[in-house]
Amino acid sequence: MSLDPAAIRRIARLARIRLDESDIAPMQADLSGILAWIEQLNEVDIEGVVPLAGGVQGVALPMREDVVDDGGVVDAVLANAPDRQGDFYAVPKVVE
Amino acid sequence: MSYMLQGSTGSWEVVIGLEIHAQVISRAKLFSGAATAFGAAPNSQVSFVDAAFPGMLPVINRECVAQAVRTGLGLAARINLVSRFDRKNYFYADLPAGYQISQFEHPIVGAGMVEIELADGSTRRIGVTRLHLEQDAGKSLHDQHPTKSFIDLNRAGVALMEIVSEPDLRSPEEAGAYIRKLRSILRYLGTCDGNMEEGSLRADVNVSVRHPGEALRTRCEVKNVNSVRFVMQAIEAEALRQVQVWESGEEVRQETRLFDPGRGQTRSMRSKEDAHDYRYFPDPDLLPLVLDEAWVAELKAALPELPDARRARFMAEHGLSAYDAAVLVAERATAEYFEEVARGRDAKLAANWVTGARFALLSARGVGIEASPVSAAALGGLLDLITDGTINGRIAKEVFEAMAESGSTAGEIVERKGLRQVTDTGAIDAAVAAVLAANPDKIAAYKSGAEKLFGFFVGQVMRAMAGKGNPALVNEALKRALG
Amino acid sequence: MMLTDLTLAAARDGLRARRFSSVELTEAFLSAIAALNPTLNAFITVTAERARDQARAADAALAAGQGRALTGLPLAIKDLFCTQGVRTTAGSRILEHFIPPYESTVSANLLRDGAVFLGKTNLDEFAMGSSNMTSAFGAVTNPWTRRGDNAALVPGGSSGGSAAAVAARLALGATATDTGGSIRQPASFCGIAGIKPTYGRCSRWGIVAFASSLDQAGPVARSVEDCAILLGSMAGHDPRDSTSADRPVPDFAAACARGVKGLRIGVPRQYRADGMAPEIEALWQQGLGWLREQGAEIVDVSLPHSKYALATYYIVAPAEASSNLARYDGVRFSSRTEGDDLDALYENTRAAGFGPEVKRRVLIGTYVLSAGYYDAYYLRAQKIRALILKDFTDVFARVDALVTPTAPSAAFAQGEKMSDPVAMYLNDVFTVPANMSGIPGLSVPAGLDARGLPLGLQVLGRPFDEETVFAVGAALERAAGFAALPAMRAGA
Ligand SMILES: [Mg+2]
Ligand SMILES: [Zn+2]
Repeated sequence: MSLDPAAIRRIARLARIRLDESDIAPMQADLSGILAWIEQLNEVDIEGVVPLAGGVQGVALPMREDVVDDGGVVDAVLANAPDRQGDFYAVPKVVE
Repeated sequence: MSYMLQGSTGSWEVVIGLEIHAQVISRAKLFSGAATAFGAAPNSQVSFVDAAFPGMLPVINRECVAQAVRTGLGLAARINLVSRFDRKNYFYADLPAGYQISQFEHPIVGAGMVEIELADGSTRRIGVTRLHLEQDAGKSLHDQHPTKSFIDLNRAGVALMEIVSEPDLRSPEEAGAYIRKLRSILRYLGTCDGNMEEGSLRADVNVSVRHPGEALRTRCEVKNVNSVRFVMQAIEAEALRQVQVWESGEEVRQETRLFDPGRGQTRSMRSKEDAHDYRYFPDPDLLPLVLDEAWVAELKAALPELPDARRARFMAEHGLSAYDAAVLVAERATAEYFEEVARGRDAKLAANWVTGARFALLSARGVGIEASPVSAAALGGLLDLITDGTINGRIAKEVFEAMAESGSTAGEIVERKGLRQVTDTGAIDAAVAAVLAANPDKIAAYKSGAEKLFGFFVGQVMRAMAGKGNPALVNEALKRALG
Repeated sequence: MMLTDLTLAAARDGLRARRFSSVELTEAFLSAIAALNPTLNAFITVTAERARDQARAADAALAAGQGRALTGLPLAIKDLFCTQGVRTTAGSRILEHFIPPYESTVSANLLRDGAVFLGKTNLDEFAMGSSNMTSAFGAVTNPWTRRGDNAALVPGGSSGGSAAAVAARLALGATATDTGGSIRQPASFCGIAGIKPTYGRCSRWGIVAFASSLDQAGPVARSVEDCAILLGSMAGHDPRDSTSADRPVPDFAAACARGVKGLRIGVPRQYRADGMAPEIEALWQQGLGWLREQGAEIVDVSLPHSKYALATYYIVAPAEASSNLARYDGVRFSSRTEGDDLDALYENTRAAGFGPEVKRRVLIGTYVLSAGYYDAYYLRAQKIRALILKDFTDVFARVDALVTPTAPSAAFAQGEKMSDPVAMYLNDVFTVPANMSGIPGLSVPAGLDARGLPLGLQVLGRPFDEETVFAVGAALERAAGFAALPAMRAGA
């Protein structure tokens, strides 16, 4: 599987990573190389195999009780923000 | 008489499916311990989990799961004992993690249904495809600064139930009835407060049109419509737009649109256009959600009586009409109020009073049933005075108003204002005689055949008695006097 | 003997016997760091004043007879663990200024037990790498050098700073994380011990996530017993991590003395990779011989799908990473590079904030999850992952542990293997299967290659049976008697 420059641009756009024109060719080479190597997985017979998503087995999802024991830390939540406006995070104006 | 749009190429059927986002009633968020209350100060109900700080992990709130199960049961739906959380990946300022934790492949609730009642008295079953749990996003404020949008994450991570209908709806009226019915069920269950103004219930409307008998055509999704009325308007506007597009020889393009209530039109939502590759995959921070069958059974056993069952019971137990019963059960609080009023009393009288006078009063005051100034017990007391002949129906309305004003009981008001019905035949006869003496011309007319004038005499006598005359005795006395 | 040469166990005993104080011990390490860190670059942040405060408090606690498991012992913390009030970078420009308002569960457990934190160690950016060359804060130099060659070597990665610090005697032990081998491979490259416990044994809460279904914290230290002591403190159930195992933490240190008599040790034939260095093959056979001599039975086993683990990993890990790293968007805590609109802000921030390897992996991960490719890549990978786990489950029905080499080579020079990402990925070929299946894996320094560089052997065990892993690892360690020292170390 090899990726063309348009595909690289599309993926970079989805991932919100700006690529300069000069970044495209090297990235295309790297990703295509990785994907070519991954091709080896096509030889594995996966017929009827139940997919495995997680790293822990045979455990039910634990649940928390419906108790308010967090929040109320406006300053801590905003302390690392690059642009804090009052008690809000700020970003360039979004037009719907 | 189905709803059809008439175009130049014939009539068009409208096909509608609804995705309702219902905010779950819970104290804490779906995956964190921050509070969910409406209207808090910005970012004051935000944990580091909600703000997706590095290394923060979700832990699911059991009550939110229970609420989804209750809702599923209330929709007569299949409860999936094993479900899973997936990540829906997209970038947006009010989506801190860059993904929403949702349930894509394996929702907690499968197929169910909602029965709707239409104005012509007919009912229809609307299929529910699924219900899944997911996180709400935060809120962007675009009007606080000339060049910036402000982000408040209080709502980020609050539990939502997304309830997806089959494309079974065929008219704005049906869509409206579906939302109202669903809202009623949610409120009965106590799983969502159904408040559309506060955004606790939001609708995404999928609309397509077709000539009857055709396969489905391309649909458009009108996002985030926030009132029943707007949903109905949006459907009509969008369906008309699509008919025009098709009839002009063009194709309807599948897209996300917004409804502008001011203009009564939908418009394309460009910002969503390139965001459609959500790259769903199982959230590796969470394990499959496995429900204990016994726990589900416990939740089921504890469900309240739902509107359909209650309506049937009101008809059977109290002999109410289908219409009255439907009106009374639409809101759980109304139904419970009615039942208290009707206990040991004439159910039809109770129904008339609960649906009539009380509704008028409440809507005049703009308050909900919970805030009614006349308690069910107090209204019951009033009805007792009607039934035992202490007051007549006309006076009862006045007493009710006074009860609402003063908070006094019916008995107190009747005594204080001297509203007791007059059953003294001497006093009635005297009032009759006075009225007849003042209207010799009307007597002549009545006697030569204008029988309608009998009502006029009744009215005059009652007026003379300040409304307190016993209506039956007044009738009798008049008949006697007029020969 | 210098204080910095002590094992953690010996330092603990020395503190308890009041032969020296925690302040003395801590000062010894702080001076070693001052002397060597400019060369090694093992630490991104040194927290000397905090360390001194903690050491003084530790001495007071010891004097009051209130010593705990780690009271007064100076450790280093991989800069992937969030530390309250102390900058945590994950080796990335994008978190250059991030000061967490919370302490990770694992580091909090260590503090609870009295540890002294010297600082935050360097790592591959977001733990993505096997050489520590991808750190935004510069490469880490391996304290070992090849005989007759001064070329700077990599310490392995991603926990390269932790491994180099421990090997050079800049800390008694360190925290590390392992997503595809990031504890075991650097331990092998630096001649120290390191264990990735069973997935779920240590809480992931407060650790900057790379690939959530694979990430697991563990210790690196100079002996197997030291690892056991540290893991005993780090491990434990945490209700804030839904994947944390709710089971008791056994006495890992006690397990180190169990011996291997009667154990069945499996040798997976698929690990005999083509072109494996003969000295690694030889060391492996030697290790198996040591275990046989101590009474273990050696059994040939087959893990037919393990050879696909690495390629599978390069679907699963980037996929999870592409999602986990979406939060670094310049809005709440990461560095920001402005843009005209929101998307430009995101794109500029992430272009400037992420290094090339992170970008590669985020893009690969985005691609394999994207519409039309999910089934061919991600879903297939999940199924192969299931097959890999099944292989281990089958094998562990027959044997108690597996022994393999840790890495296919000794440490390589900085700059080598940089041009081809896949060549770099092959470093983890022996370690990745344990992450894919969640089982525990320990690396023990067992010998030297022809040029005097350390080589490790890996012990794999059943899920939540770290005790057997420690028993086998300690047996190998005793037999190997590994005593070689890196050229660059405190006091050298
Ligand atoms: Mg939707
Ligand atoms: Zn939704």
